[in-house]
Amino acid sequence: MSTARSCAILLGKELRLEFRTRELLSATIVFALVIVVLFSFAFDPTAAESRRYGPGLLWISFLFAGSLMLNPSFARERLNDTMDALRLAPISPFAILSAKMLANLIFMSLVEVVLVPVFSVLYNVSLAGVVLPLILVLILGTIGLTVTGTVFSAISSHARLRELLLPLLLLPILTPLLIAAVEATASLFVEQPELDRTWVALLAGFDIVFLTASWLLCDYLIEE
Amino acid sequence: MPATRSTSRSGVSFLGVSFAGIEKRFGSFFALRGISLQIHSGEFVALLGPNGAGKTTLLRTAALLAAPTRGKVQYTNSEHPGQPLDPSATKRQLGMVGHTTLLYDELTAAENLTLFGQLYGLDDVSARVTNALGTCGLGSRAVSLVRTFSRGMRQRLAIARALLHGPRVLLLDEPAAGLDRAGLTWFSATLENLRKDGCTVIMSTHARNESLELATRAIVLAAGTVQHDSGEQGDPRPLLAALRADA
Repeated sequence: MSTARSCAILLGKELRLEFRTRELLSATIVFALVIVVLFSFAFDPTAAESRRYGPGLLWISFLFAGSLMLNPSFARERLNDTMDALRLAPISPFAILSAKMLANLIFMSLVEVVLVPVFSVLYNVSLAGVVLPLILVLILGTIGLTVTGTVFSAISSHARLRELLLPLLLLPILTPLLIAAVEATASLFVEQPELDRTWVALLAGFDIVFLTASWLLCDYLIEE
Repeated sequence: MPATRSTSRSGVSFLGVSFAGIEKRFGSFFALRGISLQIHSGEFVALLGPNGAGKTTLLRTAALLAAPTRGKVQYTNSEHPGQPLDPSATKRQLGMVGHTTLLYDELTAAENLTLFGQLYGLDDVSARVTNALGTCGLGSRAVSLVRTFSRGMRQRLAIARALLHGPRVLLLDEPAAGLDRAGLTWFSATLENLRKDGCTVIMSTHARNESLELATRAIVLAAGTVQHDSGEQGDPRPLLAALRADA
């Protein structure tokens, strides 16, 4: 069976499991909203300050929400050893990994769909005229976040303190992505918005590097 | 004693497995210490031994779930005995029932079997799933979530999952755990049919398991080594009787 077909079957399983319980998605959305609201109360920014600091606050919210959401990605396969059942099946390890990456990408995108409009209202940042380039930045940044996060979720799933280990491993690795995503977003929040292609290229480069690395290392990531 | 035939009743070739100097270490602990065994196609092997003897580790190594620290596990097809099978071809022919159910609690019984049927690329998955659920006595609970099942029902479903793709080698780790009287009867009948069809079975269990009557060979592990082996042509009954007497 092709890797794409196996991946599609497993993606269906991931979505079915999550949408049946909605535990992870609802908790992540609430957590991300709480962060954005707390930042808003703590800093009470003016319109100019929002344009300046808003992108950083927005992406830090995504990172925190992501590190919460990505943790159970592999850890919940430990219940009943279902990862063993997947490893017994005649499918590529990359199918298992990529299905989880795609599922996390979908879940994280849903979080962002809720969070960005709330951010826009709370921080008084107009998104008119920058929606499409902002979506591009969000997609590239979220791909980097979910690819890297899924890989580190696989690594940390064997550890006893995995809930603590994942953010410790993930957040430093995501620093280049965070900088690029914040700068690219900031270029859209100024008074004369123009997408900074240099940072967009860096985001795309980050995604390609980590996607390639995950493909090359998937055998080691999925094995016991 | 089983005859080593070239094809089964269903026309599928048999698989045998060889363990060559298998050593498995977890840190400084040796779970397996240089185990060498040749298990021929169609054998029904009872794997016995005290807790911590290495039975589960050996089965996990055989299932390609745990890579040995040293040594090699190879599967060979009876039609091409000199050619070891590649891992993907081997996995298609392997079925395993482990200590845990290997099932998703938040999926229904039918969804679990359908998922694995699809991953094994089976034809007519829906009919196979319906048939498998009916055979294991869970036909009326097909759309119930697995988390609502009793321990015995989960175990039946776990066995059905392992058999869904018609494996030629079955690895069973304490498979009768949790089964009630009816479940044990069904399981013994299933094993009997598999044995008749030439499926190679390696079953880790305790000496009082009724399914041991089907065993054609008994291997006793202790501290990661083979302590007794009745051999391919030997009679396992004296060894099993001695173990029962000790138990």
